[in-house]
Amino acid sequence: MSDKKAEPYIKFRCKDVRVHYGQNEALHGIDIEIPDNGVTAFIGPSGCGKSTFLRVFNRMNDTIEGARVSGSILMDGEDIYDKNLDPVLLRARVGMVFQKPNPFPKSIYDNVAYGPKIHGLTTSKAEMDHLVEKSLKRAGLWAEVKDRLKSPGTGLSGGQQQRLVIARAIAVSPEVILMDEPASALDPIATAKLEALIDELKERYCIVIVTHSMAQAARISDKTAFFHMGDLVEFGPTEMIFTNPGNSRTQDYITGRTG
Amino acid sequence: MSQIENPETKSKKKKNRKSGKKPHKMTSLHNSEAALLRLKKRRAKEGRFILWGRLAIGFAVASLMWLLFSLVGTGYTAFTQHFITLDVKLEASILDPTDIRDPEKLRAANYRRLIQTSMQAQIEGVTDRKEKRALFNLVSASGATNYVRQKVYKNPNLVGQTLTVTVPTSDEVDQLLKGYIDRETPEARRKVSNQQIEWIDELVDRGVIKPKFNTIFFTGTDSRDPELAGIASAVVGSLMLLSVAFILAFPIGVGAAIYLDEFAPKNKWTDLIEININNLAAVPSIVFGLLGLAVFLNFFGMPRSAPLVGGMVLALRAFPTITIATRAALRSVSPSITNGALSVGASHVQAVFHHKLPLAAPGILTGTIIGMAQVLGETAPLLMIGMVAFVTEIPTSVMEPASALPVQIFLWSDSAERAWSERTSAAIIILLLVLITMNGFAIWLRNKLEKRR
Ligand SMILES: Nc1ncnc2c1ncn2[C@@H]1O[C@H](COP(=O)(O)OP(=O)(O)OP(=O)(O)O)[C@@H](O)[C@H]1O
Ligand SMILES: [Mg+2]
Repeated sequence: MSDKKAEPYIKFRCKDVRVHYGQNEALHGIDIEIPDNGVTAFIGPSGCGKSTFLRVFNRMNDTIEGARVSGSILMDGEDIYDKNLDPVLLRARVGMVFQKPNPFPKSIYDNVAYGPKIHGLTTSKAEMDHLVEKSLKRAGLWAEVKDRLKSPGTGLSGGQQQRLVIARAIAVSPEVILMDEPASALDPIATAKLEALIDELKERYCIVIVTHSMAQAARISDKTAFFHMGDLVEFGPTEMIFTNPGNSRTQDYITGRTG
Repeated sequence: MSQIENPETKSKKKKNRKSGKKPHKMTSLHNSEAALLRLKKRRAKEGRFILWGRLAIGFAVASLMWLLFSLVGTGYTAFTQHFITLDVKLEASILDPTDIRDPEKLRAANYRRLIQTSMQAQIEGVTDRKEKRALFNLVSASGATNYVRQKVYKNPNLVGQTLTVTVPTSDEVDQLLKGYIDRETPEARRKVSNQQIEWIDELVDRGVIKPKFNTIFFTGTDSRDPELAGIASAVVGSLMLLSVAFILAFPIGVGAAIYLDEFAPKNKWTDLIEININNLAAVPSIVFGLLGLAVFLNFFGMPRSAPLVGGMVLALRAFPTITIATRAALRSVSPSITNGALSVGASHVQAVFHHKLPLAAPGILTGTIIGMAQVLGETAPLLMIGMVAFVTEIPTSVMEPASALPVQIFLWSDSAERAWSERTSAAIIILLLVLITMNGFAIWLRNKLEKRR
């Protein structure tokens, strides 16, 4: 961050992004550039549109009845809302971790292997075993589950489940991982583990995370975007947002006067 | 904490209950007299509701019990039947005077004479024609003659030998011995004469007439004689109906549900279809019978009384049930699972088939089994398409005339004789047992599959 000479590579370029749910406009024209390799945090009061905006990047809004997205969203310069682009392929490149851990009610192994299997990423069982192991290792879960890969993923603790879901996302080799309040259902220790993991993963992946915890945003993110009632109020390096916000609404929010 | 608090709260309660009006310490909002009165009222309301609920359950259980007892009470005796053991001399002079042993000729011979003779051998001194007739009437006429005829037809070499056969008695004998024909009734109004009663008692004493487990009821087909009637043809017909209905209704019902819930655009048309499917479930089943009559029989010219047509009609009956159950099951699957699949790049179809359907399977199976139970119990539409035929052979294909268990019950219930009402109840018991088994299986399956989640 400190060296401003090397312009960071921009992963997503968004111009005038609006999302409607039926008649109701949830996002009122967002312009933002999200850098590659690093953690970008979205903060803001409940209902301001953080989740909605996050779902723009992997087109999960497409699956919501009545949701419409307009504006331009370029990923590596390519319009991800292009008619010819299949959202299925986009979602292989842009993984997602949800607020509530949602492993499949299958074995730990099958949870991780599912993505590679449907995309045909491996050709042999040995290759798959290797990929599952690699993904679980990257998600920091391997040591805990290596002896019980066949037991159900839903039998793990909340924090383990969340890391399993991350392993599941990693297994298809995404470029971006979106996380929507991934730690909100976890206890402090599991949260700390998850944060450490995010810190490691950011070397390899572009991570966008929604969080309600100011402290968490301050700890793990490189850039922070503050949303308020469907608008992007402020976006900049995390240090700056937290120490010297340019907008009074940001100031009020991070100091706890609104929320 | 709670251990320390407990004694205090207990004593508080006790005090309040004892003194009633005297709230302890000081009067506050929640232990004033008015508040206690309000609480009492609330408790009374709760008590009334619980009483009401218990009455309702009690009523339901009592009706069920009454139904079961009356059914079992009249039906259980049908599971045994009295049989008579006779030595039948297969005299060549009667069966085969020309001595050519032609099976066809042998089939047409006078077996009645043989049975009569062997009956007379049991009771001595019966010479009068009328008496002979009365004696012969103790045995199931067609049951005995057909049994011996089949034996001889299959093995013509038996002619000349003596065959020991155990055949059903006539239904009057059976009913008398089961105590359903009152011996005190004046003879003129009794189906069994005094003379016959004497003979019967003698034969029972000598062990010639004995009660046995009624296998005929399970292996026999419909018959004009109650002692020969069984449910086999109806059961096979019902199984055929079930199979046809399942093969049609399951894929259509589940497919329609998946499409409507997951892939159909939400517009006026799909709303209309949805309403219609729900309505279909409420359409009186006889309407399906009329439809089957008009479309399948009259328009397409399909055979009457065939399980194929019956199954098609009943598939219409079962498919809305299956569709509704499937949709409910699909909706009960947490969207977070589907989202998880979509987020790793599964297509919508993959998400549905790999994740949603397996999780919805218990609900789908339960709905299907309940739909099939409906099919099994359905009578009215079958009457419309002519499945009330008198079927004396076990059908071997879905194009042959067949009956069904509930229709068989309907047919038998029409006959006033005691022997028939006993068999009607027995058939209902069997039908209920099958239905209970099916529903029990559905519940078991659901619990088992749900545990696996
Ligand atoms: N599926 C939906 N259908 C209709 N409206 C929706 C839907 N999802 C979100 N909205 C609306 O869009 C707006 C933004 O919601 P969103 O979930 O993005 O907020 P959020 O910032 O993630 O809030 P939170 O912090 O509580 O998760 C809200 O006004 C919400 O009511
Ligand atoms: Mg949200």
